[in-house]
Amino acid sequence: MQWSDEAIVLGVRRHGETSVIVEVMTRERGRHLGMVRGGRSRTMQPVLQPGNSVDVTWRARLDEHLGEFRVEPLELRAGRLMETATAVYGVQAMAALLRFLPERDPHPHLYEALSVILGHLHEPADAGELFIRFELAVLNDLGFGLDLLECVATGAKDDLCYVSPKSGRAVSRAAGAPWADKMLALPAFLGDESRHAADAAALADGFRLTAFFLNRHVCEPRGLELANAREGFVQAALKALGGPKNDQPEEAHA
Amino acid sequence: MAKRVTGPEIEKLIQLLAKVPGLGPRSARRAALHLVKKKDQLLGPLADAMGEAHRKVRICSCCGNVDTSDPCTVCTDVRRDHAMIIVVEDVSDLWALERAGAMNAAYHVLGGTLSPLDGVGPDDLNIRGLVDRVAKGGVRELIIAVNATVEGQTTAHYITDQLSGLDVKITRLAHGVPVGGELDYLDEGTLTAALRARTAI
Repeated sequence: MQWSDEAIVLGVRRHGETSVIVEVMTRERGRHLGMVRGGRSRTMQPVLQPGNSVDVTWRARLDEHLGEFRVEPLELRAGRLMETATAVYGVQAMAALLRFLPERDPHPHLYEALSVILGHLHEPADAGELFIRFELAVLNDLGFGLDLLECVATGAKDDLCYVSPKSGRAVSRAAGAPWADKMLALPAFLGDESRHAADAAALADGFRLTAFFLNRHVCEPRGLELANAREGFVQAALKALGGPKNDQPEEAHA
Repeated sequence: MAKRVTGPEIEKLIQLLAKVPGLGPRSARRAALHLVKKKDQLLGPLADAMGEAHRKVRICSCCGNVDTSDPCTVCTDVRRDHAMIIVVEDVSDLWALERAGAMNAAYHVLGGTLSPLDGVGPDDLNIRGLVDRVAKGGVRELIIAVNATVEGQTTAHYITDQLSGLDVKITRLAHGVPVGGELDYLDEGTLTAALRARTAI
């Protein structure tokens, strides 16, 4: 068995004294693991850093084997990612999100999204907004997509400002007013197609929204918690935008 | 079935030596044979030294270093500047920095880096001890000397977050061209970091 594909390195685990097991997100084959012999060498270590784009060739006798990767660098972003807290936390947080997906399950649009976000992790406003959209896309691919395009109660497509914690669907301001304290806030940049620049408050609402549904649908059933890197990313992004700490509980009231 | 050529004691010695970093089964066999041949000059003293080390070695409750006393030799050295702490991942990094001899500071050994893939979280590292140590006061500067990897830098940012609010200057090692390094063979990330951290001649 052999194939080649573009990939983004998600993580590396030591294997013996000289080799590593590399986890990558490939364009066509989803999240995939493989061993890299000599992966702890001085030449390979800079290449096998999370966030780097590489060309991988996977080889194994049988499809179900772990197999071996041959890795060629395409775009080495890791050095740049290490410069800021949002970037370094962001890449780890997105890798942790992708680990919720089954191995070898293709998600080409998530690969594309990951590739785009990695290029914007230094700009907190863009990075925060893109990260929230990425979390929504992961939720969608796991079968827990949110419907944020029309009001679940009235069918209205305007003035959507809440999300029902029960259904995960948008609610308009008028329909949601009686239960406003139980609803999750829907940030404007997610609610309609018009371009709203995300400010710190909108980002905090967005992070709270995705954290709630990730916890309920993905983490709690598996007995897991959201990655520490996510909290680091949230705090770094909000701090960079001059916003308050996102220390409110991420559980909705209903 | 292969016939055994040595007794179980020597086989056990070979098996244990094969677990030492740098030794595989074949080199462990060679080392064991060498030790057995030099039983009085090498094997005996080595066994004694290992036994004594096993009895006396402990982890320093202050910095996480490995030594035969607690607090360790570094922590009790009055000639060091204890207002400056170098934070390292592992004892091997502490030894490497001491070999360089560039700073006369105290150390703090984390015991690894945050690694989601290996399941290493903040509670698995000696970060709480570092925060307590800084919070006690008397620390002027903290130099975070972790590896220039994404995991290392994540750990550095996490430590910085944990220490926010405390009156301490936090710095980290520069990233750039190594001595003897040829630009043509360096990765783009290192070159970018080196250019950004350029200095006047």
